[in-house]
Amino acid sequence: MIQEKVAEKAASGEAPMLLSLRNVGKVFSNGVTALSKVDLAIREGDFLSLLGPSGCGKSTALRLIAGLSTPTSGQLDWRGSIDRSNIGFVFQEPTLLPWASVFDNVWLPLRLKGVSRAKAEPAVMEMLARVHLNGFENAVPRELSGGMKMRVSIARAMVTKPRILLMDEPFAALDEITRFKLNNDLLELWQDERFTVAFVTHSVFESVFLSSRVVVMAARPGRVFGELPISAPYPRDEVFRTSPDYAALCRQASDVLVNAINSTAGPHHDGL
Amino acid sequence: MTAFEDNALKLDPEEARRARQERLERIGKWVLPLAIMVLAIWLWDRICVWNEIPQYILPRPGVVLQTLHSDAGLLFSSLLVTLRITFLSLALAVIGGVGLAVLFAQSKWVEMSFFPFAIVLQVTPIVAIFPLINIYVNNQTVKLLLCAWIVAFFPILSNTTLGLNSVDRNLRDLFKLNGATRWQQLRYLRLPAAMPYFLGGLKIAGGLSLIGAVVAEFVAGAQGQSSGLASRIIEAGYRLNAPRLFAALILISLTGILIFLVLSLVSHLILRRWHESALKQEH
Repeated sequence: MIQEKVAEKAASGEAPMLLSLRNVGKVFSNGVTALSKVDLAIREGDFLSLLGPSGCGKSTALRLIAGLSTPTSGQLDWRGSIDRSNIGFVFQEPTLLPWASVFDNVWLPLRLKGVSRAKAEPAVMEMLARVHLNGFENAVPRELSGGMKMRVSIARAMVTKPRILLMDEPFAALDEITRFKLNNDLLELWQDERFTVAFVTHSVFESVFLSSRVVVMAARPGRVFGELPISAPYPRDEVFRTSPDYAALCRQASDVLVNAINSTAGPHHDGL
Repeated sequence: MTAFEDNALKLDPEEARRARQERLERIGKWVLPLAIMVLAIWLWDRICVWNEIPQYILPRPGVVLQTLHSDAGLLFSSLLVTLRITFLSLALAVIGGVGLAVLFAQSKWVEMSFFPFAIVLQVTPIVAIFPLINIYVNNQTVKLLLCAWIVAFFPILSNTTLGLNSVDRNLRDLFKLNGATRWQQLRYLRLPAAMPYFLGGLKIAGGLSLIGAVVAEFVAGAQGQSSGLASRIIEAGYRLNAPRLFAALILISLTGILIFLVLSLVSHLILRRWHESALKQEH
């Protein structure tokens, strides 16, 4: 229930700032403006979703935050010192080493920091238990289902206990039932560990269910279009998923998203 | 009791047909090539008999087999010489091919600069290069090794280079994100990812190193400098000793087949848990 307070505080703007993007722009070498004048504040303990149509630069924003790419203009300000070991990243695909066992895949970030197998074992096994993969440590990725692979990917991102977890449409390729299950489990993990999440998605329903804040982005050029606090209390579960409150919030988010899509002028309009 | 009742699983006609088909294919895979081989040898024997072909032109299979036995000492000691060159050059091809590929993978510039040289070495016929090597290199073994190496290293180099360069983009980002050093990236990501490509190259190089060794011996043997199987073939040719010629030829092909099978097995054992190529087909 502590997390509930943190989430409320985050929503009401009381939690300390973790990261702010100020006037950030990114122009690729081929001349495409991926992001333009993005201002974004992420607070400690936030579950922030970046929601938008494809081409709105939400993945680019995530890569900038991760330090995988540098902004053309503007700046990123981290509170306190942050290095890459404070950042966990979950890709759209599970992105596992196909030749390595589940254990070795989760061990990888620690291994790259020089932690031996024996030393890493408690942390790895704990993380595997947290994502409900006990007993699968010796399996190789191809022996797992899509949802299980994604769980391994999350365990790998979380094994270093990062301060912020960046997720780039992690569940987009999964079937709905698996996605719901992973949504629930991710929230459970988030409430227990109290890390910060930046979650990229193009699903209105997913963003509303998970987040404490939804930031809607628009395309061409990629920019922040609007923001929607989701004040529904945590823990959220299947009861919340079927509640009128949830439906109302989804409608709100959907309206903002439609406006964002319509605001995109030009010949490339997707015609929604 | 009918056969149908014996079957615990009742199959509809289509599935039964498929199961029967699979059983037949499993057996046929081995039986058919063997049967064709036996038939071919029998035909070979009959042609010799029917046309009364003299032994020094086309020996009967039985005679070849006899020669393989009676000349075993000579042939196998020659085979050993050839095998030594083959395996040494294969080992060098692996070291050289993988080493160069790793070097190329370090920098696009290095790859762009030096890859054309590798191609030049590959496309120039070894028989044409040999006279040069013969002038510059004194040591007989080194001469042969160099030839066999030139023939064998390219598939390993080009395949491993391809493998090292086809690492998943996101995995590369993941390593970057976790502050992996160049060495860690090579050790934990690029080399394992290149493994299937390398093993494919190795399978080709295995056969090529044997071919390279034999060709090198041929060219060297023409100058009376070699004692490998190729020189036995040349010698037998001069003496119209066709049975021995055939026996040596059979030994070379069997060796090639064996090398291929062993390398295929190695490849399968390494890849069987994770790579698509080594997985059993699932319906």
